[in-house]
Amino acid sequence: MNIKINNKKIECEEGKTILQVCKDNGINIPTLCYQENLEPEARCRLCIVETKDGKLITSCSSYPKEGMEIKTNSEKVKRARKVNAELLMPEHMDKCFRENKNHDLCRLIHELGIREVRFDPKKKYKVDLGASVIRDDNLCINCGRCVAVCDKIQSTWAIDFAQRAHHEHVTPYSEKNLNDVACIKCGQCIAACPVGAISEREHLQEVLKVLKDKKKHVVVQTAPSIRASLGEEFDLPPGTLVTGKMVAALRRCGFDKVFDTNFGADLTIMEEGSELLKRIKENKGFPMITTCCPAWIKFMEHFYHDLIKNKNMSSCKSPHEMLGSLIKTYYAKKANIPKEDIIVVSIMPCTAKKFESTRPELKSGVDYVLTTRETARLIEHFNIDFKNLSDEDFDPVLGMSTGAAAIFGATGGVMEAALRTAYELATGKELKSVDFKETRGLDGIKTGKVDLDGKKIRFAVANGLKNARELLKEKDKFDFIEIMACPGGCISGGGQPLPYEKEKIKKRIEAIYEEDKRLPLRKSHENPMIKQIYEEFLGKPLSKKSEKLLHTRYFKRSPF
Amino acid sequence: MSLLLKELKQIQGKKGYISEDSMKKLSKKMNIPVAKIYAAATFYSQLHTKPQGKHIIEICNSPSCYLNGSLNIIKYLEKKLKIKSGQTTEDKRFSLYICSCIGCCDKAPAMKIGKEVYTSLTKEKIDEIIKGLK
Repeated sequence: MNIKINNKKIECEEGKTILQVCKDNGINIPTLCYQENLEPEARCRLCIVETKDGKLITSCSSYPKEGMEIKTNSEKVKRARKVNAELLMPEHMDKCFRENKNHDLCRLIHELGIREVRFDPKKKYKVDLGASVIRDDNLCINCGRCVAVCDKIQSTWAIDFAQRAHHEHVTPYSEKNLNDVACIKCGQCIAACPVGAISEREHLQEVLKVLKDKKKHVVVQTAPSIRASLGEEFDLPPGTLVTGKMVAALRRCGFDKVFDTNFGADLTIMEEGSELLKRIKENKGFPMITTCCPAWIKFMEHFYHDLIKNKNMSSCKSPHEMLGSLIKTYYAKKANIPKEDIIVVSIMPCTAKKFESTRPELKSGVDYVLTTRETARLIEHFNIDFKNLSDEDFDPVLGMSTGAAAIFGATGGVMEAALRTAYELATGKELKSVDFKETRGLDGIKTGKVDLDGKKIRFAVANGLKNARELLKEKDKFDFIEIMACPGGCISGGGQPLPYEKEKIKKRIEAIYEEDKRLPLRKSHENPMIKQIYEEFLGKPLSKKSEKLLHTRYFKRSPF
Repeated sequence: MSLLLKELKQIQGKKGYISEDSMKKLSKKMNIPVAKIYAAATFYSQLHTKPQGKHIIEICNSPSCYLNGSLNIIKYLEKKLKIKSGQTTEDKRFSLYICSCIGCCDKAPAMKIGKEVYTSLTKEKIDEIIKGLK
């Protein structure tokens, strides 16, 4: 098909929108509500272009026709775009000018040359202070990105538009707070929001306070995926591994010990792998489903009660909770510090972990959870020159980890790590190639088979909860299932650096697998410190002490 | 979606409004997320998600009525019933809403109470109508 864009002849395929055609040809059109891979909402009206007869159409939802002539940057388009942006949200813009925040909308306002607020702000709306996700309706411009993500990617349906015209606003049903509905706290809406109307519940001030307190022994642990993403907040290219710099920076912030959640991940594999072998021996409890992702756990508690009844869920706590428990017991005893004086801070890519640490049944060892973004703010608060720090190592014992733990941050990583250990524990043979290629990649659902000493284990991996719903429809076809709520795994979690781009996520994942390759030990059970902790403290996997410290229970929650 | 509207209208017909509980029940029955049901129920001004007064007064504020002084009538009603538009009186007798054109432009200003239409409104006429309602 031949069309003309800005007087230039362009050939285009059928089935692509005008916006996509323009993007392919290097023509920039500003968008706000548009999200790749999701159906266009055509709400924000910023992507308008002019047709030959002077009509303005939204390029995200219109398709080219033979002989069409389009102008993407005429005076008419420019003027309309500017007014549309001005109308979107006067109050937000007012705040933009004052605080110069770095959101998509603020960037657009700058690009479109808007320098003053001409329209009256809309009326005041409420601020929803959730346990881990905060929603400020006053900043919202009704673009619908959060609603689309909650609906089409997570299939959680916690929020939708209510009322219409100028009363229209995003809300959980009956104007409830996110805390009181089936919101899983995954934070994907934070990642989608172009105006910062949704954000994480900060624990930063609390952490700064305990760091000042001389009586407290403050311990920090960092999740597997932080080291591949934190650098982005300091203008390093995506996919830069900053493990050493991160440890050095955290020490300079005043943390007494810097431990690695990867140790907890290795421990999770020992417990979960043993649980799988136990289930194989008893031949019941299939499929077994991983429980590292707190957003998935909450999702399951709301919508899949039969998985609790049939004991399909592994009873393992998530890695940072395991490590939290150990810090308050094993480490406290070893370092001779009273448990009450130890404060554990987890640095996580995740907002659901904030909710998880408040679960009463966990008797959580973790006191505060910081997201990757908060951590960057913490480091900035202490004026640390992150880029030029020299590398440092984690503190010993609870800071040692293997390549199996490193890949926990990517979808399929937990499965691959568990298979490496389960294979060797079940067969007693050495695993020659530790790479399970079937578990890797960004596909929504991945499946495969592995032979564990005569028993064929059919495994499946899902990321994004809509995919999880699809997978669970045929769960009986599998023995071992890994589910992570965020598309791509923790590496694109709700607490990771903004904005989200698929290319960035890919680079972060590459970095994580690079870290796995780089490490001398790549199977969790080979970690000498894991062996030591079982000998000295826990006994063996699934022992009474392990059960008490490292395992948990699940509860049914209302699906509404 | 048209099925959903039918159900919502039925519930409202029976109970006068669509309660949180009915939304949850309907969500289970139709396998539609409750947030979407709430979205539909609040989109249409004829559907209510809060208990309504015995008499629902809808007063038109579209151009013809507006030009014939509907704002004065609205203000008078608000003062008389001691509520703002969009609210329900404490004794649960009246709910007051501003609505769009009800097709009585020739006899503006106009309003609806339940299914009954009242036209060429004046303050005196309002007094009489309210008095006549039980």
